[in-house]
Amino acid sequence: MNLQIRPALIAFIALSALTGLAYPLGITGLARALFPHQAEGSLVRRDGQVIGSEWIGQSFTAPRDFWGRPSATVDAQGRPLPYNGANSGGSNLAPSNPDLRKAVQGRIAALRAADPEATGPVPVDLVTASGSGLDPHISPASALFQVHRVALARELDEATVRRLVAAHVEGAQWGVLGESRVNVLKLNLALDDQFGANGRKSR
Amino acid sequence: MTSHARQDKPLFEPAIVRRAVLDAFRKLSPLHQLRNPVMFTVWICSAFATGLWIQALTGRGEGRPGFILAISLWLWFTLLFANFAEAMAEGRGKAQADSLRRSRRDVKARRLLGSDRKGPHETIDAPVLRINDLVLVEAGETIPGDGEVVEGVASVNESAITGESAPVIRESGGDRSAVTGGTLVLSDWLVIRISSNPGESFLDRMIAMVEGAKRQKTPNEIALDILLAGLTIIFLLATATLLPYSAFSAKAAGQGHPVTLTVLVSLLVCLIPTTIGGLLSAIGIAGMDRMIQANVIATSGRAVEAAGDVDVLLLDKTGTITLGNRQAVAFLAADGVDLKRLADAAQLSSLADETPEGRSIVVLAKEQHGLRERGLHALDAHFVPFTAQTRMSGVNLGTRQIRKGAASSIEAYVQSHGGTFPEDLRRTVDQISMAGGTPLVVAEGPHALGVIQLKDIVKGGIKERFAELRGMGIKTVMITGDNPLTAAAIAAEAGVDDFLAQATPEAKLKLIREYQAGGRLVAMTGDGTNDAPALAQADVAVAMNSGTQAAKEAGNMVDLDSNPTKLIEIVEIGKQMLMTRGSLTTFSIANDVAKYFAILPAAFVATYPALGALNIMRLHSPESAILSAVIFNALIIVALIPLALRGVTYRPVGAAQLLQRNLLLYGAGGLVVPFIGIKAIDWLLVALRLAA
Amino acid sequence: MSHAWTQNLLYLTLLLGLAYPLGAYMAGVLEGGRTFLHPILRPLERGLYRLMGIREEDEMGWKAYAWSITLIKLLGLVAMFLLMKTQAALPLNPEHQGNVATGLSFNTAVSFITNTNWQAYSGETTLSYLTQMLGLTVQNFLSAATGIAVLAALIRGITRRSATGLGNAWVDLVRGTLYILLPLSFVFALFLVSQGVIQNLSAYLHTAGGQVLAMGPAASQVAIKMLGTNGGGFFGANAAHPFENSSPLSNFVQMLSILLIPAALCVTFGRMVQDRRQGWALLAAMTVLFVAALAVCTQAEVKGNPALDSLGVTQVAGIDKPGGNMEGKELRFGPGGSALWATATTAASSGSVNAMHDSFTPLGGLVPLWLMQLGEVVFGGVGSGLYGMLMFALVAVFIGGLMVGRTPEYLGKKVEAFEMKMASLAILLPCAAVLIGTAISVLVPAAAASVGNPGPHGFSQILYAWSSASNNNGSAFAGLNANTPFYNDGLAIAMLLGRFGVIWPVLALAGSLAKKKHTPEGLGTLPTHTPLFVGVLIGVVVLVGALTFIPALALGPVAEHLSLRSLR
Repeated sequence: MNLQIRPALIAFIALSALTGLAYPLGITGLARALFPHQAEGSLVRRDGQVIGSEWIGQSFTAPRDFWGRPSATVDAQGRPLPYNGANSGGSNLAPSNPDLRKAVQGRIAALRAADPEATGPVPVDLVTASGSGLDPHISPASALFQVHRVALARELDEATVRRLVAAHVEGAQWGVLGESRVNVLKLNLALDDQFGANGRKSR
Repeated sequence: MTSHARQDKPLFEPAIVRRAVLDAFRKLSPLHQLRNPVMFTVWICSAFATGLWIQALTGRGEGRPGFILAISLWLWFTLLFANFAEAMAEGRGKAQADSLRRSRRDVKARRLLGSDRKGPHETIDAPVLRINDLVLVEAGETIPGDGEVVEGVASVNESAITGESAPVIRESGGDRSAVTGGTLVLSDWLVIRISSNPGESFLDRMIAMVEGAKRQKTPNEIALDILLAGLTIIFLLATATLLPYSAFSAKAAGQGHPVTLTVLVSLLVCLIPTTIGGLLSAIGIAGMDRMIQANVIATSGRAVEAAGDVDVLLLDKTGTITLGNRQAVAFLAADGVDLKRLADAAQLSSLADETPEGRSIVVLAKEQHGLRERGLHALDAHFVPFTAQTRMSGVNLGTRQIRKGAASSIEAYVQSHGGTFPEDLRRTVDQISMAGGTPLVVAEGPHALGVIQLKDIVKGGIKERFAELRGMGIKTVMITGDNPLTAAAIAAEAGVDDFLAQATPEAKLKLIREYQAGGRLVAMTGDGTNDAPALAQADVAVAMNSGTQAAKEAGNMVDLDSNPTKLIEIVEIGKQMLMTRGSLTTFSIANDVAKYFAILPAAFVATYPALGALNIMRLHSPESAILSAVIFNALIIVALIPLALRGVTYRPVGAAQLLQRNLLLYGAGGLVVPFIGIKAIDWLLVALRLAA
Repeated sequence: MSHAWTQNLLYLTLLLGLAYPLGAYMAGVLEGGRTFLHPILRPLERGLYRLMGIREEDEMGWKAYAWSITLIKLLGLVAMFLLMKTQAALPLNPEHQGNVATGLSFNTAVSFITNTNWQAYSGETTLSYLTQMLGLTVQNFLSAATGIAVLAALIRGITRRSATGLGNAWVDLVRGTLYILLPLSFVFALFLVSQGVIQNLSAYLHTAGGQVLAMGPAASQVAIKMLGTNGGGFFGANAAHPFENSSPLSNFVQMLSILLIPAALCVTFGRMVQDRRQGWALLAAMTVLFVAALAVCTQAEVKGNPALDSLGVTQVAGIDKPGGNMEGKELRFGPGGSALWATATTAASSGSVNAMHDSFTPLGGLVPLWLMQLGEVVFGGVGSGLYGMLMFALVAVFIGGLMVGRTPEYLGKKVEAFEMKMASLAILLPCAAVLIGTAISVLVPAAAASVGNPGPHGFSQILYAWSSASNNNGSAFAGLNANTPFYNDGLAIAMLLGRFGVIWPVLALAGSLAKKKHTPEGLGTLPTHTPLFVGVLIGVVVLVGALTFIPALALGPVAEHLSLRSLR
């Protein structure tokens, strides 16, 4: 065993330098050179200001915006802070947990309250919290579910909004990978860009 | 092989069963159970359950005393049944040991004080004899101990050991000098040098072996024990932890109660591999017993087990592969010689030849040419016997000199009489040799008449036997003193895989070492003193009981029938023993699935009523379900005792097919049978109103 | 109906297709052969040996081998612990993360040296970039390389005859790192960045709207975290976090990367023992178990949560919606992509998650739990999965060998008492740790109080934690608050036991096998490459591995499932 202490020590130090410094720093450099946009977080800018990342969902609560999925993230003190990009996480509620049922019930009620005409069954992704709490997407069905409310709030033709949603649907990658989806931030930004952000509160 | 009365002994002889029942109770001692971790666990569980019952009687128990009593009784039964299995296996041996002991009892020995048999001697008890003592045994007396005949010739009845009542000859020198204690001198007298100390004689070893008294666990048994102990620990943990788990669950669900200790011990005993654990030693003892039934005494269980692993069988040609003697099968005349003249000359030369070969020549001439046997005296013939110098035999009829012998000797003989040896005859001789035959050339004076073709007669059915062995993955190698040509031909005819021609003891030893270096296990038989080194080297070495003491000492098995073909049987018994262990292990583990389905819903349904859905056997009540599982677990041991004692059926097929068959029988069977059994017991308990 | 099943099929096809060339390549590396990377890496490799003062051809006996592995792990433990305890004062900490609490540091360090990568920490709120790089990333490499090394030693034990040496631990570690893990990670990390996984050293970004976006060198860590079946996330939400796993394509490739090396090592095994069928047989057994598990999990998750049926939501999948059980799942992956990940990550000892297992349906959660309890042998961890599976193979060979009436042999080596002892130990220790750990947790009130869900699911959470730690998986039913002194210390012990309690018996066994003579195969030998043997092996894994946990599972997911079903 004593014989192996020197090789162990040197192997550890050398491999640490190689895999813990050279490798990640090398990747950082290459990534900046090859994929600068993605490496920095695929940031979305408006008027020179970073307003978010296309991969990180944001909390939309106004009737005029499409709402993302419920988020269970919390702040540093453990209080609910939806879409907290600095502390990802899910609800971890079990399917059998009555709290989950209650939460879903509450979310359905909120959706129906915001749009009494939306009486159809709610797509499940719109009333269940995502794993990261930062899910940037909703399903096309969930977007369509909200079209009436958004159109009403923005005083737009429902068909126009529907067309915009359709334009923002990303199909399953290669037809089989993942699910078809709508990026909520991009959709809302498109709404704002095309029809004006008047009355928008700061997010 | 020879048949014996012992072989067809019924499995459940009343006398043996009676004794086994008593032994089953005797073996309840925890000290005895300590040897077997699985059954020791059952012992603790049974004692614990009994304690729970007593506690219940005082009114402070965790359940109905009746139920707890039933459980604890059946747990004790589980132990008793396992003990009974072991006792049954031992019982068969013990019965035999008793008769062996009887043959030794009260034997007196006449120890010679000098080396002269007519000199002074003292009469002492046989058991005090020591190595190198000289004893005199006369007709009607029992030989007092194992030894070597140093003087005299006698016929001996060895039936006490071999079960064979025909007497055998024992004489000093040569390969028939070994005698066994406990056998009876029928005629004449023998002076014997004792070759074993008290308690170490063959008879002692045999008694120990059949009784299973000094039975040591075999390597595979130890490995299996470890696996079973590992499983037992796992299941012990799995059940013990259920106590806190169920308490937590009952609290979380707000209903039900922690699982009771009675249920836990029941579950534990049902899960640990009691079926194989209970039958393991019985299987081992029964394996030894089957060897004894086959009239083979193994010096250790390890040897029996090794027999199952044998890859190469070294078989002596003569006696094993071929009948002991060669026979004349054809007369082949030289060019220009009448075939009948050759036959006549051949017959004349053999009339006085009493060897089986000579007899077969006379018979062949009669059959093929209608030549009748003639009396030598009537012909005024003078027989010339075979000598090492001439290497010929023959007959002189007046001036006619007829000789037969090996080609080279006859050639010299013919030339010495001014004749020449014909070329065509030389070719014939070579052809016969090449075909595995032995050519005997017949000549009269300067005229070589022709050749008698002698042939080894391969035993009937032996070729099929070798094919079976090949199917089992065992290679057969024929050992013979013949020249390579002859050996090759016989090897081909008998269907062995390989042969060693012109074998010497050194060559044999070298061959064994070569195979072993290649990682193979070698089995062989032998009887002569010069076989001893090879026997000592071989992994499975079967000495013939008729052989020398040296051979018996070197081997790890002795075949009392002195039948070299026995090796094949020995291999099968070895394999059978392992197969029985493996199959019952599989069966035992597979059983657990059904037991879970019986016990788990019963144990937890109060806490989570939805778990009642797992009660797929629709057992009557939680109590009846648990009791049924425990009863099944106990009864299955009894049900499998015959299998453990007899061993699973062995078929000489390749490993893949064997595995498939045994998996289907004992794996799939082990999954299904308990479902049926437990349901049936539950139904019976309800029908008899024995369960709430 | 979502295209979950199509995705599963594509996954299996690609996995097995890629395993072949990679397996062949790795066999070359471990046998010291020349690879196409030699011109670049060979000088570096030699330089390392010179620095260490070792000669490549020096052989180690099993004890020296085991000590070497243990030593470098211990060094890693100390270094990583110190790093976390002092990170506040060290560079590359733009967010000024404070020093990590002692219990959490110990737990995390243990979890990374043991390839468990249990996340009691949450990356973005706890660790500096330096800790992520020099601590987590380094151990991700080393623990995977360790797995490969131990496997290589075991294979040499099988193939060598009457030998004492099992190879050189340092050479195996260096080769595994240089020629296998580094190049793969390098390419993979860049691919991930192209898909949107971040890689920078910037401070967290505050958007105009006030959202804070965590940053960091994620891609380089994620690449080896996936390839090395480590699974410890850069972020708290692990691969559910869009910055760690952005697109469905990145998700798919990451899923492939979980099982890629473990599957390929089967091919490597076949080549190194010079009987490729042996490798295929093991791979077949793993694949069958995996497919069965995957089918159950996918079906359960696609079907959804019965408790929500009556509330006015639709869980039916359609062309415009994933349906299924979406609580705790990312939309871009859907129930299918999440079930596949969950099955792969627990079949392997990865433990990375792209959805919250705690919110899986009872059956969907049963699958990951059960796969871990099997001992992480269905593909399993890099190296550790195969050597674990070989322990089961020895048990299968033993029982099967007896059933054909012969002292059992595996690949020409007799399986005797010592081998059974070591194999039993390697199988038994993690099982014992799970059962005992769970038992203590439900008995200690403070530990029992950590559960985050009522009813049988609470029990499942505790059981999951111990199953995960003891089998070095690292995934969690994360609703359990495991960042407590009890769990930090207890689970750390379980992780150590699960790693070294297997490595030592495996190496001892390798040493014992190496000493044995080789028995040539014959008709009487139990063939270990046939479908029949694959069946026996699966039977042994399922019976031995699962019988142990059936009672516990009955009180957890099974009770939950049946209760939930009766609700519907």
